[in-house]
Formats: sequence, C-alpha cells, structure tokens
Amino acid sequence: MSVRRIMGIETEYGISVPGDPTANPMVLSGRVVTAYATQVGMRAARAGWDYEDEAPLRDARGFDMARGVADPSQLTDEEDPTLANVVLTNGARLYVDHAHPEYSSPEVTSPRDAIAWDRAGEAVMREAVRLLAVPGTPGVNLYKNNTDGKGASYGTHENYLMSRATPFAEIVRHLIPFFVARQVMCGSGRVGIGVESSRPGFQLAQRSDFFEVEVGLETTLKRPLINTRDEPHAVADRYRRLHVILGDANHCDVTNLLKLGTTSLVLGMIEDGAVGEALTVDKPVEALHRLSHDPTLRTTVEVAGRGTLTGVQLLWSYYELVDRWLERKYAGERDEDTAEVMQRWEQVLTKLERDPMEAYREVDWVTKLKTLESYRARDGLDWSDHRLRAIDIQWSDVRSDKGLFNRLLAAGRVEQLVDDTLVKDAVGNPPRDTRAYFRGTCLARFPREVAAASWDSVIFDVPSQPSLQRVPMLEPERGTEAHVGPLLERAESADDLLRLLAEGTSATG
Amino acid sequence: MATQEHKNPQRRDADPADDAPDPAPAAAPAKQELDDDVDSVLDEIDGVLESNSEEFVRGFVQKGGQ
Repeated sequence: MSVRRIMGIETEYGISVPGDPTANPMVLSGRVVTAYATQVGMRAARAGWDYEDEAPLRDARGFDMARGVADPSQLTDEEDPTLANVVLTNGARLYVDHAHPEYSSPEVTSPRDAIAWDRAGEAVMREAVRLLAVPGTPGVNLYKNNTDGKGASYGTHENYLMSRATPFAEIVRHLIPFFVARQVMCGSGRVGIGVESSRPGFQLAQRSDFFEVEVGLETTLKRPLINTRDEPHAVADRYRRLHVILGDANHCDVTNLLKLGTTSLVLGMIEDGAVGEALTVDKPVEALHRLSHDPTLRTTVEVAGRGTLTGVQLLWSYYELVDRWLERKYAGERDEDTAEVMQRWEQVLTKLERDPMEAYREVDWVTKLKTLESYRARDGLDWSDHRLRAIDIQWSDVRSDKGLFNRLLAAGRVEQLVDDTLVKDAVGNPPRDTRAYFRGTCLARFPREVAAASWDSVIFDVPSQPSLQRVPMLEPERGTEAHVGPLLERAESADDLLRLLAEGTSATG
Repeated sequence: MATQEHKNPQRRDADPADDAPDPAPAAAPAKQELDDDVDSVLDEIDGVLESNSEEFVRGFVQKGGQ
C-alpha cells in the first residue's frame, strides 16, 4: 500500500441569488445542473442515474436503518424526476442534492488527480454561473464553502476504497484521533464561533462546530466524526467505501493534497494492522471544537498514554507512525505520490509548529486568517464586523473575478500544484486508470444510447435489444484505458460495444 | 513501536508554550516591501468586495445539506 488508492471528492456548493435570499434553492440548483448539461450537449434527465445499488440506510456496523424512522433527507435513493441529474464525460456526477448543486468527482487513484478533478468541478460550477448570468436578471452565485454561518452546513465528502477485511472498529479507533487533529492542516477557516456564529472570532474549520457524535449513519443531522454509511458501489464482500463527511471544501492545492494524502496513508496503516497502540483522544467531539476554536494552535487534548498534546503534536505522532510503517514496508522505495505527501506533511507541520502564519501559501485557514488580520489591522475592525463575514463568504465565490481566493491565486499569492491545463483537460475527460474511464468515455461516445449510469453500472438503450442493457462495473480498478481503451476504440456504435463486451470476458468487472 | 529516530530537527515534544520562534530566514523581504504587498491585497479585496456587506451577509442563507 502507498498513498495510492481509489478515492474521490463530492462537493455541495452554496447557492444564492443576489438580493433574493428567499429564492428556492432546489429550483435554482436544478437550473445550475440543467444549464451546464445543456451547454455540453447533454440532457440533465437523459443520462439519468441508476439507483439499483444505492443503499443509504445500510450501516457498516452490520444492520439497516428502518425506512420509517429515517429522516426524509436520508432517503437519497428515491428518485425525484424534478431533480436534475447528469453524468459528465469526465466520469463525474452533477446533480441536485437536497438544496445544493453537487459535483461528485470521478474515481481517481492519487491525491494529485483528486485535486485536478475537484478543481474541474469548480470550473463546471463557474461555467454554470456564467451561463445563468443573463443580462437583466440577478443571476445565480455559487460558493465552494460549507456553511452560511447561520446554522446551516453542507458537505464536502471524501471517499476512500478500502479492504472489507479491515474490521470497522479498527478504522473507528485509529481514525477518530486523526480526524480530531486533521483540521489543523486541512481546515478552510471560518469567521464566527458556534453553528450560528453566536460568538465573534475566527476558527480553523468550516465544518467542525456541526459535529455532535463520534460514530453514526446520519449526514444531515447529529453529524458523526465517522460516518457508517455502507454503500461500497463495488464488490461488497471485497471492498468498503469509507465515506468521510468531516472535511472542509479546500481551495489551496497543498491543503487538498494533504487532506486526501495523509488520510489515505493513515488508512493504509490501519489496513496493514500497523498502528499499534491507539492514540485515543479524550472527549473527541469536544476536542474537535476546542482545537478548531484556537488559531494559535496552543490548545491541547488528552491522549491516552501520551499526556496532553497540541493538534500539531498529535499530527506529528501520526506522521511518525506512517513514516516508520513506510520505512519498514518499502525501505527507500516510495512512489512519487507517497514521497510528495510525506514531504509536504513534514514541511507544513514544521511551519505550523514554528509560527502558523508561515503556512500562508499552503494552508487554507492560514491564508484566510492572514488576509483577515491584515484587513482588521488596517481598518481597526472587531471580529463581529460584517465586512469580515462578507470576506469569509466571498472568499469561496467560484467566479474568477469575484472570488477572493481566486484573486489571490491569480496573483500568485498561494502555491498551486496542479497546472490549469490539467484541470481544463479534467473538465471533459475521465481519469484513465479507473472505471471512470469506461463511464466517461461511454457518455462521450454514445450519449444517446446511455439511458442511465451510476458509479458501478452503465445502462444502454440500443435499437437491437428489446430491453435495457446493464453493464455492471463492480471493480473500480477495471474499465481503465489500458483495459477497455482498445475495445472502445474498435466499437463503432453502442450496439457494437455491447457485442464486443459480450465476446470478451467480463471486460469491466 | 520502532526505535528509529525521527530525523526532523523541528520536532518538539515539549509544551508548545516553551517553543521560541526560530529567527527569521535571512532572505526575508524588507518590511516596506511586505507592507506594500499586504496593501495591494487589501486594495484588491476592496475593489471586488460586495459594497453593502451587511446586506450581503444577511442575504447569504443556505438550507442544510449532508
């Protein structure tokens, strides 16, 4: 194992109509999805979603929640025809999730690719905003953030494919302390303390105040540090998809790289049974809140067997465990992606420990705080001032000219790891090394014949067959360019493709 | 637990309050240069920030999501 594994990021974007806070966000989100889909020549309902393998109430602890006791927002598998939904040629899903437009990236295999296809999602949203900016109308604005500061939060979820053989209890035990501390390097920063910003101030993470329990199935209420949703979207007895709901939407490439990279490495170590004694944190939910509320990073938490540690020190403990594990397993033979994540991890922790402000080109919350502190100092503003909250919101506006982060990025004030040309390519094209290649390429080649798709299937409606033809893709690492590229190349029609697939032996999984 | 020494010189287990900041790197830009740089960031923000920030903040109301 290394940092490389099947992973992806789903982001729900904040949505608003300037001057009209009462505009219906479901209708607006539908317009966002439809506008983009139409522009790229797809119909938002045409390539619909295949819900057959969705099981949002299946719990990783081994039981199902009864449909009757579930909150209506948990019933994500009941299709509502009024909600727009499209699978893009890059293998991503663009749709309306509750009251937000959501971009779910295609499956990728490295943190760098996760960044590229996550930023491709921003480009999609930026394009939708442009399309809806009709002269004479207020238009629609989209924000890559996670709260309105008034009690509502919406998610940026990470997904990691894991071995089913790893006991879930081990994941919970070793991941909770890591998640308590991860925000110290991965938070996006937020003006206001408490879910409704009832106390003025600045905190490290957008999401932390919204978490109430350690482990649970819910994602919209009583949010848990570890989400137990068990929908592998893959061969269920071989794989688990860990659905991480705690993180913030990131802007800085380095922050995003660290979020995906360090989490993947910690998971690798857990899968390998190599962590040893757990770094159990006392009262983890409360510890999460306390760490988030202290940008000086001096706040400590109680760690079993280690005494009191700061968030940075707790992250150093994980860094050292991972470093030793990699050394034992691979000696000097680390792949490039793993080496990069470990180097960045060490550099960022070193800076955060010396003086957090040193990480202002790499870490989202530091970049935001440094800017806000300068603004405060110039105008003598109190943390309750509206201008600071406005900067916090507008920071994540997806537009190039209005989004404050985008302005800083364009001016070269933050470090960029993934080139814009790669992102541009990722808007239209799928990753080549996962099943997203098959999904995206089918949508690009045969948009009229793809009746529906999902993470683990593509459904064709072809003239030669009386019924719909479902191609399952239960192996995320199959359906790659190396695997089905030549076959897709040879197929002159969707009919042709189905015939070639039938001749081959289970080409996609 | 492996016994291998960690090689990072900045690593400290002590109370964070004891951590003295390291001296600034030699190549740090002059103060005037830094001030100008900060000013230009703030000017840029002033140029695009929503003019009625109070109304803008009040109007940014979201429904909860996942």
